[in-house]
Amino acid sequence: MSRQKLVGRSVARREDPRLLSGRGRFVDDIALPGMLHAQFIRSTVAHGEIASVDLSAVRQVPGVMAAFTAEDLELGDITAQLGRPLSEFVPTAMPVLARDKVRFVGEPLAIVVARDAYAAEDGLEAARVTYTTLPPVTTEEAALAPGAPLVHAEAARNTLVDVSLFATDGIDEILASAPCVVHVETRTGRQNALPLETRGAVAHWDDREEQLVLHTCTQIPHQVRTVAARSLRLDERAVRVVAPDMGGGFGQKCVVGREEIAVAAAALRLRRPVKWIEDRKDALSASFLAREQHYRVRAAFDADGRILGLDADVVCDMGAYSCYPFTAGIEPLMASAEMPGVYKVPAYRVRGRAITTNKAPTGPYRGVSRPQYVMVVERLFERAARELGLDPVEIRRRNVITDFPYTGVNNITYDPGSYLESLNLCEQLVTAEGRHIGIGYSCFSERTGYGSAAFAQRKMQVVPGFDISEVRMDTSGAVTVTTGTMSHGQSHETTMAQIVADELGVDIAKVRLHQGDTDRITYGFGTFASRSITIGGSAVRLAAAKLGDKLRAIAAARWDIDPDEVELTDGVARRRDDASDALTYEEIADIAYLQAHLLPKDIEPGLSAAATFDVFNDGTFSNATHGVVVELHEGTGQVEILRYVCVEDCGVAINPQVVEGQCRGGIAQGIAGALFEQVTYDDQGEPSATSFMDYKVPTAHEIPDVLIHHLQTPSAFTETGAKGAGEGGTIGAPAAVLNAVNDALRATGVELDNTPVTPETVHRALHLEATS
Amino acid sequence: MTEETAVSERELQLLVLDVNGEQHEVITEPRRTLVDVLRHELRLTGTHVGCEHGICGACTVLVDDRPVRACLMFAAQAEGARIRTVESLSRGDELGDLQRAFSEHHGLQCGFCTPGFLMLAEGFLAERPEATKDEIREVVAANLCRCTGYQTIVEAIDGCATARRQACANLCDSKEK
Repeated sequence: MSRQKLVGRSVARREDPRLLSGRGRFVDDIALPGMLHAQFIRSTVAHGEIASVDLSAVRQVPGVMAAFTAEDLELGDITAQLGRPLSEFVPTAMPVLARDKVRFVGEPLAIVVARDAYAAEDGLEAARVTYTTLPPVTTEEAALAPGAPLVHAEAARNTLVDVSLFATDGIDEILASAPCVVHVETRTGRQNALPLETRGAVAHWDDREEQLVLHTCTQIPHQVRTVAARSLRLDERAVRVVAPDMGGGFGQKCVVGREEIAVAAAALRLRRPVKWIEDRKDALSASFLAREQHYRVRAAFDADGRILGLDADVVCDMGAYSCYPFTAGIEPLMASAEMPGVYKVPAYRVRGRAITTNKAPTGPYRGVSRPQYVMVVERLFERAARELGLDPVEIRRRNVITDFPYTGVNNITYDPGSYLESLNLCEQLVTAEGRHIGIGYSCFSERTGYGSAAFAQRKMQVVPGFDISEVRMDTSGAVTVTTGTMSHGQSHETTMAQIVADELGVDIAKVRLHQGDTDRITYGFGTFASRSITIGGSAVRLAAAKLGDKLRAIAAARWDIDPDEVELTDGVARRRDDASDALTYEEIADIAYLQAHLLPKDIEPGLSAAATFDVFNDGTFSNATHGVVVELHEGTGQVEILRYVCVEDCGVAINPQVVEGQCRGGIAQGIAGALFEQVTYDDQGEPSATSFMDYKVPTAHEIPDVLIHHLQTPSAFTETGAKGAGEGGTIGAPAAVLNAVNDALRATGVELDNTPVTPETVHRALHLEATS
Repeated sequence: MTEETAVSERELQLLVLDVNGEQHEVITEPRRTLVDVLRHELRLTGTHVGCEHGICGACTVLVDDRPVRACLMFAAQAEGARIRTVESLSRGDELGDLQRAFSEHHGLQCGFCTPGFLMLAEGFLAERPEATKDEIREVVAANLCRCTGYQTIVEAIDGCATARRQACANLCDSKEK
């Protein structure tokens, strides 16, 4: 009898033993002979022309080996493109090191290379940089004001993206005549994705391979390779990017960083290994940030609480630069395309804008805009429920999509999910009693199988979508799997191995995943947008199936039967009609490699197979309902989360324990955005949260236990039935928490729509109740 | 060569550090932190650096059995003390019970904060083997994790503490018999 399938079981993680023993290999763990250490001289002003950069004193600092400006290195710029007219998108170049102009405090303008990291820091202090300062643009209002100073001369009104989409016929009449029209204006705080491991890279030139080897903690090794090769003017073959173990990424490491290219350039120039590890201050102030958005949205409802139309204006403050490969369109285009979400919205109009300001640039962060627009839409439903005197769960019940596939007003076709079931179940699991208690819900779906078609629709010039996998077996019957995705905490070494072990009928201990090395696979698009199991995992399964076909073909040829008559289980090929005839995988591999003369003519030697997977339709949608109970503390304004319930559906869960880990971790980050974290600046563009004293990352005190319930609507579009699970937690949490806070504030008449909801705001609202 | 000239300008100091029961002699600058010496001089890279200002706890090691932020301590200050790092928790390839509990409860994802939580828990449970789950949560709140949401870290440490108490009780029972 064959072994029980591994997919669907909480198999112990393959990653754990090394990570628990201190034997992981993170980028800062790499030490190469003769290695030097780099740090960056960064702008101290938010907006200015560079008058002079004098590094002569830097070069005299003991231990400093070299210092380079943009002029010294002559690197190509990093420019992200959308295929849209200039009226919709203005491309802007991001130089690797600032040339003429600086656009945010912390912008790198020179690299100092020294004997050790301490000496490099010493070198920074000796730099003499002078600026002709320009007035900084630090807010949306200032950026859009007539006559505002321009962050990029080519971007009028400091606007990088401006799209108006859908505009259903008759939407103005609907909004003018509907029995109930509610309005929400929301501002969400700028956040840092904050992987606990900061960014970093080690570069060296390998003379024997004639290759620049760049170890860097990135979610997208191949895109870093492409940019590095172009910027350094090398053939792409001459760049090898390797992502080692990574201490999280959450999107921040999903864009090409200027520093990693500069480090590579310094290593090339000096012909010595160069390491750069970002310190926390730089990570907080000068890496890629996210989520500073402003929504003005109206929704029309009929008297029974059915939504009639949605009219939205979204402005995203993208900071100083467009990120590569996504561009400054990443947040507004996501929000604009997907906002109607799980609801049957018959009419929709949206304007989405990206503006540029003198703040650190924006990149993707777990959920990308979905935590924000879900919060806005869920606030609209709560507000409509109040106005119409409906139960907030009931109003959602009347509006969620129940008939699948459903093609929305936003031209997206939603595959089957459990929108209503998750809502009903979540309602049953949420119970509460006490004073200043509030209950909040959020209902949402999350597109997770973004294939080439979906990203092409955004008009990205780098269209992530497909992924490739190669699966090969050696003479010992052990299996090596390569993928273009890059796990940075998501357990792919385990889950991908589960898929292969089931497909080939081998012991999971015999399967090893290789990822993050551009020399091991032709191309790949890395790990983001919950794409790794949906797309990468599908490619892995297809490649494993092809290898299985070859094992069957070789065995069948030995027995002179049809390959369909051979079954693969427990590392052995057997005849279906005569189980006593068997070949172990080692025996088949022996034929394939060492006794190839025994192979029939039409079978090539060796045991390897490659496959590509892409999604050619709108992809697949995970869904969930979150329910939260909060208590507001009168004395301190603290929001305490008493109960947190998550009913989620990610299709087939390859490893339920891993899925739950993704949910819990995602929810923690969502709560962080709702209640705690905000990147702040003063009016001169000086960042004011540059340590963990000011940027408040929640601890085990603030993050509650989460009750998780799984539903399972398998995807028809992926090879495993899985839908993505990486982002849902983060998407659902802010809306549910904010709704619960407002429910608890019901008696005060105060409604809070901005995040983070601070203790001061809550205290003020409660105090208003006491005095009124 | 420039490098030699530069090195000669450094103020260097000989330190003797007792790490995981082994004596190490290190010649280094007095300004180097304990975590940098552990990681880059002794190449014990299991201890990580997350913030360099004492908040995140990724660099937690035991100094004379007590959890310490190794980013806030100069290596020179640790002379004469017994230092223990995450590398001391397993015997060869065999994980210790605390490490196994983290794996069983999925108390780690990316694994970057994990050595800090392990050493924090190792020190705490040695001092308070009878710790309740609430007390464990209180201690876990000393460090930052960005992946797990903390619940499974608390459960892992509580699971380990419970198992140790159970093993201890069983031992007492069998002795009485």
